[in-house]
Amino acid sequence: MSAIINLRKMQLNQTGMIRSVRATGELGRRIRDMGLVPNTEVRVVGRAPLKDPVALRIMDFTITLRNNEADHISVEIQED
Amino acid sequence: MAQHITAALAGNPNCGKTTMFNALTGARQHVGNYPGVTVEKRSGTVKSGEVLMDVVDLPGTYSLTAYSPEELVARDFIVDERPQVVINILDATSLERNLYLSIQFMELGAPMVLALNMMDAVKKQGKTIDVDMLSTLLGLPVVETVARTGAGKHELIQQTIAFIREKEDPWKPLHISYGSLLDPVLREMEEIIAKNNFLTHRFPARWIGLKYLEEDEQIIAMGETFLESCHHRLLKLAEKTRTRCLKNMDMAPDAIIADYRYGHIAAMMKQGVVKRDTTGDRINLSDNIDRVLTSRFLGPIIMLATLYGIFQITFPIGEIPMGWVEAFFEWLAMVAVAVIPAGFLQSLVVDGIIGGVGGVMGFVPLIMVMFMAITILEDVGYMARMAYMMDRVFRIFGLHGASLMPFIISGGIPGGCAVPGVMAARTLRSPKEKLATILTAPFMNCGAKVPVFLLLSAAFFPHNAAGVMFGMTLVSWAVALVVAKLLRSTVIRGEATPFVMELPPYRMPTLRGVLIHTWERAWQYMKKAGTVILGISILIWASMTFPGVPHDLSSQFQARQKAVEAEMIASPSQKQQLQQALVDIENMENQAALRYSFAGRVGSFFEPVTRLAGFDWRTNIALLGGFAAKEVIVSSLGTVYSLGAVDADDSASLGKRLLGDPMWSPVGALALMVFVLLYAPCFVTVAVISKETSWRWAAFSVMFNTALAFCLAVGVYQVGNAVF
Repeated sequence: MSAIINLRKMQLNQTGMIRSVRATGELGRRIRDMGLVPNTEVRVVGRAPLKDPVALRIMDFTITLRNNEADHISVEIQED
Repeated sequence: MAQHITAALAGNPNCGKTTMFNALTGARQHVGNYPGVTVEKRSGTVKSGEVLMDVVDLPGTYSLTAYSPEELVARDFIVDERPQVVINILDATSLERNLYLSIQFMELGAPMVLALNMMDAVKKQGKTIDVDMLSTLLGLPVVETVARTGAGKHELIQQTIAFIREKEDPWKPLHISYGSLLDPVLREMEEIIAKNNFLTHRFPARWIGLKYLEEDEQIIAMGETFLESCHHRLLKLAEKTRTRCLKNMDMAPDAIIADYRYGHIAAMMKQGVVKRDTTGDRINLSDNIDRVLTSRFLGPIIMLATLYGIFQITFPIGEIPMGWVEAFFEWLAMVAVAVIPAGFLQSLVVDGIIGGVGGVMGFVPLIMVMFMAITILEDVGYMARMAYMMDRVFRIFGLHGASLMPFIISGGIPGGCAVPGVMAARTLRSPKEKLATILTAPFMNCGAKVPVFLLLSAAFFPHNAAGVMFGMTLVSWAVALVVAKLLRSTVIRGEATPFVMELPPYRMPTLRGVLIHTWERAWQYMKKAGTVILGISILIWASMTFPGVPHDLSSQFQARQKAVEAEMIASPSQKQQLQQALVDIENMENQAALRYSFAGRVGSFFEPVTRLAGFDWRTNIALLGGFAAKEVIVSSLGTVYSLGAVDADDSASLGKRLLGDPMWSPVGALALMVFVLLYAPCFVTVAVISKETSWRWAAFSVMFNTALAFCLAVGVYQVGNAVF
C-alpha cells in the first residue's frame, strides 16, 4: 500500500518519493535549486530540538527545511 | 610570449571552491567587493609556464536565478566580463545537485572545465565516478581533484589552458528540451529575439526566452528598457504559457523548467556515471555525529557549552596580543610627548591620533582570534547546525537561526564586542534577517560597557553587583529581540527568507583557509581604522578640546598655580601637600576646559532635556565621549568630576565621589546603566555597520538606538523616583 502525505507528517527515518512541490516564487525556486523536485527520494534524518526545522536527505546530501515550507511538498510513502 | 587568461571559479556553497582557490593562488590573492553590493570579490593569479591566469572566485551559488545578490553577481560576471573559461568546482559526493548549476552555465554558453572535487570522500563512500563518460556526455573536460590536499590541481590548470587553446568557438549555449508545452514557445521567442537583436549582444536568444518564462526580474527589467515592443510580445507569450502550464500540468513554467533540467541530469546519470558499491550500508560519519550534536537534549547543551567555551578561550587569548598593541601605542604616545613640544599639536597627536587609532587597533588581535574561531566553526560545519537548532526561537522575532552567533559575539555573554559581532553576520544568507541582526546586535552587553556597570553597581548596589550585571544581560537580550521583531514588522518588513539550507558533512578545516580568512578580515578592519576612524578620532578630540578655557579663567588658574609654586619654594617642608594642591588645580583646569569645550557646550545645551533621565551636563559629556568607545565614559566622568584621568579598571575613587554627590541616586545610576547599554553603538561599530550595510542604516542605528535608550532611561528614572 502506498499513500501520499504531507512532508511535514513524515516520521523520523521514513523514506518517501516526492510527488509534487506546490511552492511558488522565491521559496519554490530555492526548494527546487536544492534538488527537491518530483520523483526524488527523500528521507527524514532529523528534527531540530524544537521539532522544527526538519533535516532531509536527498541525492546524497542533507538539507534543512522549516515545517511551514515542508507543507508545500507531498510525498508518496510505502505503508506496510 | 606570455599569455593572459581570465578564469572564473564557480560552484555551490560548501563544494570546496574557496579551498581550491586558495590551493591554486596561494597567498597571491586580493579581496574586494563587487561594485554596489557587499558580496566579496576574491581574485588571484596562477602562473603556469608562459601562461598567467587571473582567477576570480565567484560567490558560491546553487543556481543562476536573480533572487540573491550572490547569484546576480555570478551571472553578471560571466556575461559582462566574458572570462575565457569557467572552472566549475563540483562536490562529487552529490554530483547530481551540483550539476544543476553546471547545466545553467552551459545554457549561458560559457566555456567550462569541470573539477570533480572531494574525490577522496567519494571513494570513502564506496562510489566510483566514470570521469570519461561524464566528460563525453557533457562535451567538457572533467578533472578529478581533492582541494584540501591540492591533488589534481596541476592537471586542472593544464587541462584548462589546453581547453582554451584548442576550442575554436568557445561560447556555445547548450540546448535542453523543455517538453512539448514549452519547446514551441521557446522557438517562437527565439525567433522574435533574434529578429530584433533583443539583448543578444549579452545573452543567447533561447536563454532570454527561458528567463522570460522563469519570470526573472533582472532580465525582464533589462528587456523593458532595451526595446519595449519586443519586451511586450515576450511578456504576453510568457503570460499565455503560464496560464496553459497551470491549466494542463498544475505547475508554473519555472517549476517545469527546473524539472527538465534535473531530468536532463538524471538521464546522464542513468547511463552509469556513478557506480555504488552495494556491499552493505556505508556508515555515514556525519549522520552519527549529528545524532548526538543535534539531539533533543544534548544538542542545545553542547551548543551552549561550545559558545561559552569559545568565549572563555578567545577573550583571554585575545587580551594578550591586545596588551602588546596597547603597550606599543602607549610607547608611541610617550615618544610623541618627548619629541613634540607641549601644546595643541602634542595634544592632537597624542590624544587625538595615537589615542583614537590606538584604541581601534587594540581590537585587531581580538578580531583575529574571534574570527579564527568562527572560521573554524563554519568550515567544520557546526555553524549550520547551530542555525538549524536555534531557528525556531529566532524566527519568532523575525530573525534567522544564524543570528545566534553575531548576538553571542557582540556580548550575548557579557564581555563580547559588537565589532566582530556585526562582521559575523556575514554568515547570514538572508538579507532582511541579516540587516535586523546587524542593527540589534550592538544592544548586547559588550566588554566596554562592563566597566561602566561595574563602577555604578559597586557604588550604588554594592551587595548586588552580580545581580545587576545579570539583569543588564537579560535587558540587552530582551531589547535586541523585541527591537528585531519591531524592525521586521516595520522598516524591514517582509516574508521570512526561506530556510532551505544545506547541512554540509563535517569536515576538517584547512589551516591555510583559516589563516587566510582571519587575516583578510583583520586587514579590512585595519584599513578602515586608517581612514574613516582616524578622521572621527580627530573630530572627537577637537570637540573635547576646543575652544578651550576663556582667557581670564585660564589666567586665574595660572595665578593660583604660581602662588602654590611660590609657597613651595618658601616652605619646602609642606612640599607633598602643595604638590597635591597643584594636581588639584590642574584637574580643575581640565574640568573647566571640558566644560567650555564644544562637547561641554553640547552637554550643557542638552541638560534641560536629559534632566528627565537624571543626566546633568557632566554625564552628557561622558556619554558623548562614550561614542568613541564605551569605556571612555568612565575616564570622562573622572575628568568632569576633576579627579584627573580615571583608569577604567580601577574606578573605586570615582564611585565614592559619585555616591557622595547629591545629584546621584540608585535610580539615577540605573537609568544611566540602561542608557549606556542601549544608546548609539561606538563609532567603530558604526563604521562596520556602514560597511556591512550602508551609511543610511548606520545613521539610523545611531539615532534610533539613542532615542530608544533615552525613552527607556527616562521611564526608569521617572517611574523609579515616583515609586521610591
